[in-house]
Amino acid sequence: MKSLVFKTASNYLLPLLLLFSIFILLRGHYLPGGGFVGGLMASVAFLIHSFAHGLKETRTIIRVNPGFLMPFGLMICLIAGLSPWVLSLPAMTGLWFDEPFKFVGMVGSALFFDIGVYFVVVGTTLTIMFTIAETV
Amino acid sequence: MLLVVLSGFILAALTPFVGKIAKTYLPWVFSFLPVLLFSYFLTHINSLSSKTKLTWSYEWVPSLGINLDFELNGLSMLFALMITGIGSLVYFYSIYYLKGHPYIDRFYGYLSMFMASMLGVVLSDNLLVMFIFWELTSISSFFLIGFNNEDPKSRKSALTALSITGLGGLVLLVGILLLQSVGGTYSFSDLAANKSIILESSAYTWIVLFIFIGSFTKSAQFPFHFWLPGAMKAPTPVSTYLHSATMVKAGIFLLAKMTPLLGSTALWNQTLLIVGGITMVYAAIHALFRIDLKGILAYSTISALGMLVFLIGVGTEKALLAASVFILTHALYKAALFLITGIIDHQTGTRDITKLQGLQHVMKPVAIAGYIAALSSAGFPLFLGFLSKELMYESTFHNPEFAWLLTSSLLFAKILLLVAGFWAGIKPFSGSLSNELASVKGPSAFLWIPPVILGIGTVLFGAFPALLEKSLMQPVYESISGNTNEIYLSLWHGFNWVLLLSILTLIAGTLLFVYWKPTLQKLEKTIPFEKISPQTFIENFATGFWVFAGYWTRLVQNGYLRNYVLSILAFLTIIMGYRLYEGVSIYIDWNQISAVTPSEVIVVTLMIISILFAILSTSRTASIVALGVIGFANCLFFLFYSAPDLAMTQFSIDTLTVLLFMLVLFKLPKNKVFSSNRIRVRDAVVSILFGLLIAILTLEVFVEPSSTEISEYYANNAYILAKGRNVVNVILVDFRGMDTLVETTVLIIAAIGVFSLIKLNLNPAKDQ
Repeated sequence: MKSLVFKTASNYLLPLLLLFSIFILLRGHYLPGGGFVGGLMASVAFLIHSFAHGLKETRTIIRVNPGFLMPFGLMICLIAGLSPWVLSLPAMTGLWFDEPFKFVGMVGSALFFDIGVYFVVVGTTLTIMFTIAETV
Repeated sequence: MLLVVLSGFILAALTPFVGKIAKTYLPWVFSFLPVLLFSYFLTHINSLSSKTKLTWSYEWVPSLGINLDFELNGLSMLFALMITGIGSLVYFYSIYYLKGHPYIDRFYGYLSMFMASMLGVVLSDNLLVMFIFWELTSISSFFLIGFNNEDPKSRKSALTALSITGLGGLVLLVGILLLQSVGGTYSFSDLAANKSIILESSAYTWIVLFIFIGSFTKSAQFPFHFWLPGAMKAPTPVSTYLHSATMVKAGIFLLAKMTPLLGSTALWNQTLLIVGGITMVYAAIHALFRIDLKGILAYSTISALGMLVFLIGVGTEKALLAASVFILTHALYKAALFLITGIIDHQTGTRDITKLQGLQHVMKPVAIAGYIAALSSAGFPLFLGFLSKELMYESTFHNPEFAWLLTSSLLFAKILLLVAGFWAGIKPFSGSLSNELASVKGPSAFLWIPPVILGIGTVLFGAFPALLEKSLMQPVYESISGNTNEIYLSLWHGFNWVLLLSILTLIAGTLLFVYWKPTLQKLEKTIPFEKISPQTFIENFATGFWVFAGYWTRLVQNGYLRNYVLSILAFLTIIMGYRLYEGVSIYIDWNQISAVTPSEVIVVTLMIISILFAILSTSRTASIVALGVIGFANCLFFLFYSAPDLAMTQFSIDTLTVLLFMLVLFKLPKNKVFSSNRIRVRDAVVSILFGLLIAILTLEVFVEPSSTEISEYYANNAYILAKGRNVVNVILVDFRGMDTLVETTVLIIAAIGVFSLIKLNLNPAKDQ
């Protein structure tokens, strides 16, 4: 789409939307949001960017192949889920830091799990979208 | 014991890693495994005759009663000795037989896998574990039969064998599960305590039938026999091992094992008598029309297996004893005959019985082994075959019912088998050497030593039956028959009818051998009959199945997404419509329903308009956007009823969907009307019906009082247990985190699927 307004707008939209998606991701445990929605929003951000600038440019911005994000995210999920084993607790037990962090709030294994989901969703959506967009 | 059973699997699993480096030494290393196992079992033979029960137990899935329980009783000892003993010979024989074969490492891997599974079958006390090993023998024999995997015939017979025996195995599984549900345990020795419950239960008939089908398919009984001659496409050592000595006897083993538990009923005995009798006679007749040595042996094996089933069917003590002795007899002489056939094939390049003669001049030791095997199969005195033959005649002759019928059919089969045995063991060696075969050289010692060893065993046990009597046959007899009478094997029973029958067999058989010559013409005469053979029937059935599957696939998988959706919706409509036909209870409590707010009216109107727009618009883009609007309107509903999480997700998904459509749409030509009005009306009817049904179902759900227990638990414990206030998120990442983990994995699989489906190019020519 060769619209100057759209192009310029998308340049500002991308970081804003990404920031928003991270915000949604982090607040998930207490307020509506979470890794799944956050991931979807991030994908929307990248997709809009690719509409304006073309796939190639979006790929250079992401730097990594989105396909790589899927195993990366899954790994984070697994580590978050299995980390209680280190303390000889059953898997998937929630582990929490005692003090809340600045801006983020309470941090626990559930948050890392959510971050993993976030990456998996971004990877999956972008892989599907990019594949279709490139081939059709 | 676990190591004993699994060692073959371990070796087989190692093969791919060492095979490439040590192809020449590997067979040697492997060949010591069966020897080791054989000596292991031999050391236990004394404790067996001293009546101590040998059991080993390892936990596997104790909660389901599936444990690796092994028991060494007489029957399993006999089979274990045969498996490892004949196994050792086959292993050593194959070193030379397959020398220089590019896949020799693979061969030994499969063979070890097979040996281990077979040991598992005969030693398992747990029926379910036995079943697993049972199917493993089918699978490993599939590999072995299809060993020459570039030959389409070899592949086809491997598939036939696998489908027949594998399918039979599945039926057997049903039988085992039924047996467990009636008897309450998978453990065979525990089942014995519940014998009367099983015999009286209504499932008894089914149990017996299913176990029969499993055994009959495995042991090549009529009408499932035809896979065995086909399986002769395998290398000869495989035929020796699988198709004479071990695997095909697994069915016999199972019947023998089950006899004390399920036997001695009319259903059991008569079915076995009839099936075994038919197989015995049918295959024996067939054998006389073959000219390929392996073909003759295949059919005579089927006949012998039929004879064993027949004897178990007779079921008297004598008959069971005869069966026990005949299992060993047959294994010894038939394995020898197969090995000899392999030698002949290897040295002369032909197995055509009409061309082979006079080979004794070039391969003396092989000829001696051949004579011994043939005479044992015929049942001459001083050979092991004599003992089993006498016992067989004695059992049928003194049977209270149908004695003459049973004896005469046995006599008939015995005479024909004698001829078949002579053809394989005597004919190729006797007479003078023809010119065609003049250049044949004697085989290596590796090839002739194994059949000679088998021959020695035959003569040794035949001449001195006391060697077998107490040490091996007594425990075998006890485990088959379930009683502990003393047995005796003797060479001389005095002058009586049985002896007369024996002499009659020998004379008639020898006369037949002299006057009935195998010729190509005789083989050709059987060809017209193949149209009515069970093999043709089942092959036709299989072809019909293929054709049906083709039609069915074209009907439901025709490549048009719209047709898939249509058939799914139509199917659901029919199913649910049928259920609703039985009666619907819808009750709407108007008092509970809050007043319709103006915003809801607006959103619903919006939805209806966009639906109409999506259907009627001629522009594709407009339709897609209209679909998106429907989704967003849905989000608003979620918001109205305070489900912000859902609304957010739906919102993002809808955005993504519209964007995805947009990606594709740029590349597509303008919208065209592909569907005629009739199709559109049909689609409209289906979708309206489906929508109606869903609406009715939704209303029905309202009538049911919903349980709030679970949601209350989550709401109350979200913060306490998981430190989160957003219950939805807490459920996703904490309470049901494992689900989420698996779901994300599914997502990834879906992405990989889309990626590979789109990138996959099945038709590279299209690019050019």
